[in-house]
Amino acid sequence: MRIITLTAAVAASLALFAGASSAQVTDPLVVDGQTIVTSAPAPDFLDIDEVLSGWNFRTAETRALQTDDFENPAMIFVDQALDDWDTAEGTANKACADCHSGPEEFAGLRAELPRWNDDQGALFNMEAYINFCRTERMGADSLKLAKPRMDAMVALLSLQSRGDIINVAIDGPVADIWERGRELYYTRVGQLDMACANCHEDNYGNMIRADHLSQGQINGFPAYRLKNAKLNSTHGRFKGCMNNIRATPFAVGGEEFTALELYVASRGNGLAVEGPSVRN
Amino acid sequence: MADNVKPRVRVPRSAAAGEAFEIKTLISHTMESGARKDGDGNIIPRSIINEFICDFNGENVITAKLEGAISTNPYIQFEASIEESGTFTFTWNDDDGSVYTDSKDIAVG
Repeated sequence: MRIITLTAAVAASLALFAGASSAQVTDPLVVDGQTIVTSAPAPDFLDIDEVLSGWNFRTAETRALQTDDFENPAMIFVDQALDDWDTAEGTANKACADCHSGPEEFAGLRAELPRWNDDQGALFNMEAYINFCRTERMGADSLKLAKPRMDAMVALLSLQSRGDIINVAIDGPVADIWERGRELYYTRVGQLDMACANCHEDNYGNMIRADHLSQGQINGFPAYRLKNAKLNSTHGRFKGCMNNIRATPFAVGGEEFTALELYVASRGNGLAVEGPSVRN
Repeated sequence: MADNVKPRVRVPRSAAAGEAFEIKTLISHTMESGARKDGDGNIIPRSIINEFICDFNGENVITAKLEGAISTNPYIQFEASIEESGTFTFTWNDDDGSVYTDSKDIAVG
């Protein structure tokens, strides 16, 4: 919660939105003059017509936070990651800044992840790239997955690709992993016997208790959630979802979640990276 | 001093004399309420920013007293109007005695 002296303008805009449903709005997301794509024709392999960013399903107040980097609470964590960027660590006593000219170097990267890393012969997401750099080049410890320092660094690097259209490869060496992710997406699990698709494909836009179900797109991750006032990683969110359906979550960073991340990311092909987004 | 405290302020570079404009401030701070307990059941001592002050050319614009129910990373937004060019100074006073400051110049015109 925040202290705000409500100005007339703010009060007026609240009144304006009070009557509108928040499901699937169509107004564009504009951040500092840059328009970010929040809906697109669905990739061929999907049965739905249109893919929609989670942005479309949130309330006007939540959406407003994301339109201004000053008000986007996620930027606090991006700043912390910038401090980390300059901090030398490990046996090589190197910081990110010693090898990389700046985070801008990674512009466009987030839109392609997760992707196959030929050298390592494995599927790499942003976390994997960061920890590979830390352990192999800095001689430092891995950052713990789905924990603040890692999520902040992922947010900093994702921010560099903000607005870039997601284009995750699903063929070639990752075809089998993608198929595994698709299988996970449609497999019912847990006491409630639900698959990802039951909510995020069959019922997006409908209410789940007091909230609108989104399509479960991950283009906005890491996402700052008002619920817990911190950045939330993709795998952290997967884990939360699985807890909600009373299933035993897979391991964060494990083979299942990485496959699922690839598949879910590919469902968002055509949407734009939202950098650190704001969600409820 | 609490970790990772970083004040941020947004003030327009210039404003018309006598016309209200918006000032936004945000400071990253854990704002430990004093009501939580650690893993061993001991109370974590309160450590929050208890006062926010904004001055313009030495004259007070707003003073806010913050209490235990305040959120992390407190965001304070208010309006001000000026008759002359000058400098806004922003001060956050921490429970532990730390003082965080920032300042912004603004011109009339």
